[in-house]
Amino acid sequence: MTTVVNWHKVDGKRVAQSLQEARENLNSSEVQLLLDFSEVRRIDPAGLHAVEDLASAAEAKSVKVGLREVNVDVYKVLKLARLTSRFLFEN
Amino acid sequence: MSDKPVILSEERIAYLEGLVRQARAAAAVFSQFTQEDVDRIVKPMVLAGLEQAQYLARLAVEETKIGVMEDKAIKNMVATEFVYNYVKDKKTVGVIREYPERSLVEVAEPIGVIFSMTPITNPTSTVLFKCIMAIKTRNAVIFSPHPNAGKCCYEAVRTMYETAVKCGAPEGVFTCLQGHTLDDNKYLMRHKDIGLIDATGGPGAVKAAYSSGKPALGVGAGNTPVYLEKSADIPMAVVDIITSKTFDNGTICASEQTVVIDDEIYDRALDQFAALGSHVCNEKETEILARTVIDPKTGYMQPMAVGQKATNIAKFVGINVKPKTKLLITPITGVGPEHPLSYEKLFPVLSVYRAKSMDQALKVCIDVNHNGGLGHTAVVFSNNEEVIQKFGDVINAGRIIVNSPGSIGALGGVYNDMVPTFSFGCGTGGGNSTTDNVNVFHYLNIKRVARRTQAHMWFRVPNQIYFNMNATENLRNFQSRSTLIITNAPLEQLGHVDAVKRCIPTETQVRVTIIPDAEPDIKIIRQGVEALNFYKADQIIALGGGSVIDAAKIMKLQYEFPEADLEELAAPFLDLRKRVVQYPTEKTNHARLIAISTTSGTGSEVTPFAVMTDKERGFKVTLADYSLTPDVAIVDPQYVMSMPKGLTVDTGVDCLTHALEAGVSIFASPYTDSNAMMAVRMVFKYLPIAFENPKDEEARTMMHNAACIAAIAFSNASVGVNHALAHAFGARFGVPHGKANALMLPHVIAYNAAVPTKFMPSPNQRAYVAHKKYAMMADLLGLGGHTVEEKVQNLITATEQLLDHLGVPRSISELGISKEEFEKAIPDLAKIAFDDPSWRSNPRMPLVSEIIELFWAAYNGRGPKAAVGDAKKKKSETMVAV
Repeated sequence: MTTVVNWHKVDGKRVAQSLQEARENLNSSEVQLLLDFSEVRRIDPAGLHAVEDLASAAEAKSVKVGLREVNVDVYKVLKLARLTSRFLFEN
Repeated sequence: MSDKPVILSEERIAYLEGLVRQARAAAAVFSQFTQEDVDRIVKPMVLAGLEQAQYLARLAVEETKIGVMEDKAIKNMVATEFVYNYVKDKKTVGVIREYPERSLVEVAEPIGVIFSMTPITNPTSTVLFKCIMAIKTRNAVIFSPHPNAGKCCYEAVRTMYETAVKCGAPEGVFTCLQGHTLDDNKYLMRHKDIGLIDATGGPGAVKAAYSSGKPALGVGAGNTPVYLEKSADIPMAVVDIITSKTFDNGTICASEQTVVIDDEIYDRALDQFAALGSHVCNEKETEILARTVIDPKTGYMQPMAVGQKATNIAKFVGINVKPKTKLLITPITGVGPEHPLSYEKLFPVLSVYRAKSMDQALKVCIDVNHNGGLGHTAVVFSNNEEVIQKFGDVINAGRIIVNSPGSIGALGGVYNDMVPTFSFGCGTGGGNSTTDNVNVFHYLNIKRVARRTQAHMWFRVPNQIYFNMNATENLRNFQSRSTLIITNAPLEQLGHVDAVKRCIPTETQVRVTIIPDAEPDIKIIRQGVEALNFYKADQIIALGGGSVIDAAKIMKLQYEFPEADLEELAAPFLDLRKRVVQYPTEKTNHARLIAISTTSGTGSEVTPFAVMTDKERGFKVTLADYSLTPDVAIVDPQYVMSMPKGLTVDTGVDCLTHALEAGVSIFASPYTDSNAMMAVRMVFKYLPIAFENPKDEEARTMMHNAACIAAIAFSNASVGVNHALAHAFGARFGVPHGKANALMLPHVIAYNAAVPTKFMPSPNQRAYVAHKKYAMMADLLGLGGHTVEEKVQNLITATEQLLDHLGVPRSISELGISKEEFEKAIPDLAKIAFDDPSWRSNPRMPLVSEIIELFWAAYNGRGPKAAVGDAKKKKSETMVAV
């Protein structure tokens, strides 16, 4: 069986919008969505909100979301916001 | 907090959950902010608060009907400007404090979401204060204002929030409940995402906070006693008290409640109060107030009086006062339920008590303090330092304000240098977790990053060591009026005492004390000290083996420090530098101790140890302190030339054990290693010769030096488990120390060289190196071997061969001790060995089961095998062992 992975690079300067775009492109036929956070240095409340929305939307469509190259500070934000359990993390 | 279930609608729960989620997200985002980010937000918030100070004060008075607008405006300014002045340069993000000398740094971790209750009495100022603290510490806050101060608090939160977000704070960082119920509070106080409850308010709010099961800062009611002592500046005190008690109509919980006045100044003080606009109530008026402004059942204030003007209160209860009366003074004659006005009164009614003496005054202040004011605030007016100190001692208050107003003084930063606050910690007396003025550091988790430190080491030896044949001649260099030689009978018979006497300058008065040739008893010590005192000795020469020198060390200790309690000085310790019992340092006689050793083993002439017994009381004392180290050591082999073979072997093996154990000790250092290694080499080379040919002067000299050198090593690095085993076994079965050491020695080498079951905590060692140290010793002895394991095995074999050569019994069974007898003794032996302090410097921490295994290995004797774990796979790395 082939695993379909949709890759999306998150724009570090417009995190919320970038995640919004990723969410809009979520497709239930996809098995996994891989978000590249390598350019995200910091996350603001809107970005965090967008992460949460994306997690909810992905769960509704049974799409697994992987976050790649999340820096430690952003990872801690996701941890404090109780969001880490909703994603897979890759380095 | 009540255990009653919280009843909330689904919609209300969803609303509250939304608030928490929003605050949690804000706190999470906030965690990324730097100190500069935070400080950029705080300053504009403070300016916004200052700008709105009067507006918010007016709102507060209009809504709560409590207090004085002008005073509330000042409170708002203190809550912003004064608090800012305190926090502006404080580090609250990242590394906040550094202690380079302790290799320690403190790092700030925000709490997350704080649930904050604010009071009706200081509504807006408390909000402003907490908002600044929260931003400075990167926390989000959900405010729950007192229901009767909801609007003004909401406005204060809004002012702070809008400024903060405009300057970059995360959205959702502050929220303020509106139209909320007690159930809302309960729900939030129990919420898993609330990190801290900060409750400023009445006893109910504080109790609820602490009962929630959450970390809480709960600060509330007080009952401030004031002692107006006769030496005080009365005009200043009266002005300060009026200023404080009337400030915002007495709503600050640190304000004065009962002034206890010395009899001598009572009338004068009351005249001053009256002259400055106070109404001193008569008995009837006081009785009326007692009935009306305090609830007689609970002792709590009647809400109608809180924060009201004195004239309004007087009018309400029907007392005639002048139109501009500031304060109602109510004389009371006691404290407690029978005297309702002795309770907290957050309005301008002030009780006064005439005290007949300072003693009575302090007792009444204590009574007031314990009548609802524990841990909060107290005030003393006095110019007598002793009175101030006594007041500070006996009154339990987080803030003891001296010669200044209680309420404004307690706030901090105005009349004193206390931390500015609007939350007074009341300590355990007030059911609180702190007595501090609550500040930014209470809004942080402070993490300690503790870097590995290297313990300071030392290398201490006698001031002078003279060695080689006829080194005793050096005694001629020491001036003395009165010298006491301490020795034993056999040495005198051998002519050694005369040999020593010949070297002492003729002008010195020399006396000799003969003591038994055995471990010194306290009686002998006392006799020696008597002799020292009688002869007023300024020099002590100990001529003998370990027991004589030990006796002389203890005699000198008692001679110099007659009050020293030997039993107390022998108290156990783990680390010499941190020991509980300290040795005295102020000497009485300044006598010199010269130790001349007549055996080649204990090295007592250079060690800081001494052992004695007290047969009367049935205990043995081991003393250890560098002050016991002799001032001069003389290592003159002339005294060991005639040493019998048995003693040569026993002392020689003891010396070898000292060197081997010091070499692998966790306190070993390059300084001790050089001595330990050299001593090992000298013993292997010269002990067999001294054994075979006792008259060989070189061998005797080198063994005598080796004993001293090994002792220098173990004086600074200590010994190990071998000594612990030998002490226990030797004492139980009457086996000489050297022989007992020999029985254990090969097994202990194998044991220490193996990978430990438990490592010994040792900050000075970065790796387990005992096996490598043994291998290094094998190299120095030229024993060969390619791997560490081979070298350790060669050292074990060489040790066994040496012991065989010396004719030492090689197993406990050879001593004629039956297996049954030994088996019976084992539990006690293991216990005593484990209690022995010697092993605490051993590289491997011995488990009791391992001690038992070692005893059995010694019982069965020969053949321990080196098994050094990983090291056996490697080529020798011995030169990196140090």
